[in-house]
Amino acid sequence: MAESAGLEHGLEHGAEQTVQEYIQHHLSYLTFGRHPDGHWGFAHTIEEAKEMGFMALHVDVMAWSLLLGGGALLFFRYIGRKATADVPNGVQNFVESIFEFVDSRVQEGFDHKNPTIAPLALTIFVWILLMNTMDLVPVDWLPGVAAWFGVFVGQEHMSFKVVPTTDPNVTLGMSFSVFILIIYYSIKNKGVGGFLSELAFHPFGKWMLPFNLLIEIPTLLAKPISLGLRLFGNLYAGELLFLVIAGLLGLYQLPFHFIWAVFHILVVPLQAFVFMMLTIVYLNAAHDSPQH
Amino acid sequence: MDITLTIVGQSIAFFVFWWFCQTKVWPLFANVLDERKKKIAEGLDAANRAQKDLQLAQARSTEQLKEAKVEAAEIIESANRRAAQIVDEAKEQAREEGKRIIAGAHAEIEQEINRAREDLREQVASIAIAGAEKILERSVDRAANEEMLNKLAAEL
Repeated sequence: MAESAGLEHGLEHGAEQTVQEYIQHHLSYLTFGRHPDGHWGFAHTIEEAKEMGFMALHVDVMAWSLLLGGGALLFFRYIGRKATADVPNGVQNFVESIFEFVDSRVQEGFDHKNPTIAPLALTIFVWILLMNTMDLVPVDWLPGVAAWFGVFVGQEHMSFKVVPTTDPNVTLGMSFSVFILIIYYSIKNKGVGGFLSELAFHPFGKWMLPFNLLIEIPTLLAKPISLGLRLFGNLYAGELLFLVIAGLLGLYQLPFHFIWAVFHILVVPLQAFVFMMLTIVYLNAAHDSPQH
Repeated sequence: MDITLTIVGQSIAFFVFWWFCQTKVWPLFANVLDERKKKIAEGLDAANRAQKDLQLAQARSTEQLKEAKVEAAEIIESANRRAAQIVDEAKEQAREEGKRIIAGAHAEIEQEINRAREDLREQVASIAIAGAEKILERSVDRAANEEMLNKLAAEL
């Protein structure tokens, strides 16, 4: 990301803040991590955050991610405990319709017997859907509240990102978790030998082994990377456009914001759905018999 | 695109949420939906059975209605027969009664005639004697002429 020394002086919507700085600020995270001198603490500037390298936690997106995923699951559990087999009330009906939607997708896309796939798909779908939906909240609301609050905790110009899926760490974290499951179920169902032979002796037989590996290993690795980056890319692009609209137009953003939000409403559930379906498909392939 | 600890945090959250969903959330709804499916199946079954029962009942009711109609017809017929019989009997009785009354009347008339005849006879005898006495200007010994008077009366 570009250097922006201007961030250190005032980020209010003043004359000294350019659109670029505005967007830059909105795209950075509230970071907690290890400073180069070894002590742990919040980063106060984008530069500080960058210097932390890997040993940094994006507190804002992590908090929203946990809040949304955990909140949804707790809500589901709360509804589920009260659920009856009689005529369901409105909320129960709503949750059941999501449940049945996911369940039927799993039954269509997953040919093997594994009762853990459907809950996985439900978790992924609902979680990503909610994280994506945060993109529809006007871009300055929650960061504005956070910035106001940040003043009291010694965080001037606090960055606060509210859309977890615009953080590649979040999307790749999920997609590589799925990748771990792919490898786990591949080995569980095909054996280590079966899994490796699929990489080595497919598609051209054992005499072309190096060539097969050259094809199959990138194919395997491409799954989680494409899975995570697709979600990230779609949401990042959407968020960026919201920011551009907000940054360039200020108060006059409303109609444009609205129009883009309407388009974006399509992207939000679609990307959650795509992530879920691809997870099902990948895990289905991991359960398929080796001779395939 | 800086990869940070966040990716680890998100992965941990992923597995925790998966576990939570699988153990704490999914079974609740799976059970409820299964139960409802069963209930609906039972309900449909019961409805089918009820419909079958209804058809049976309808068939039975039409059968019974038909039987009842036949029975009613029979009853009406027998009642008609009985009525006719009663009327016949009554007619017969009435005729007999009439005959009896007529016969009684005849007998009474006969009796009345006989009594009248007896009276007449009596009176004829008296008149005859009175006449004879007038003619003979003397009394006639009734006892002496008893036989002749009786003969006269018998001729009447």
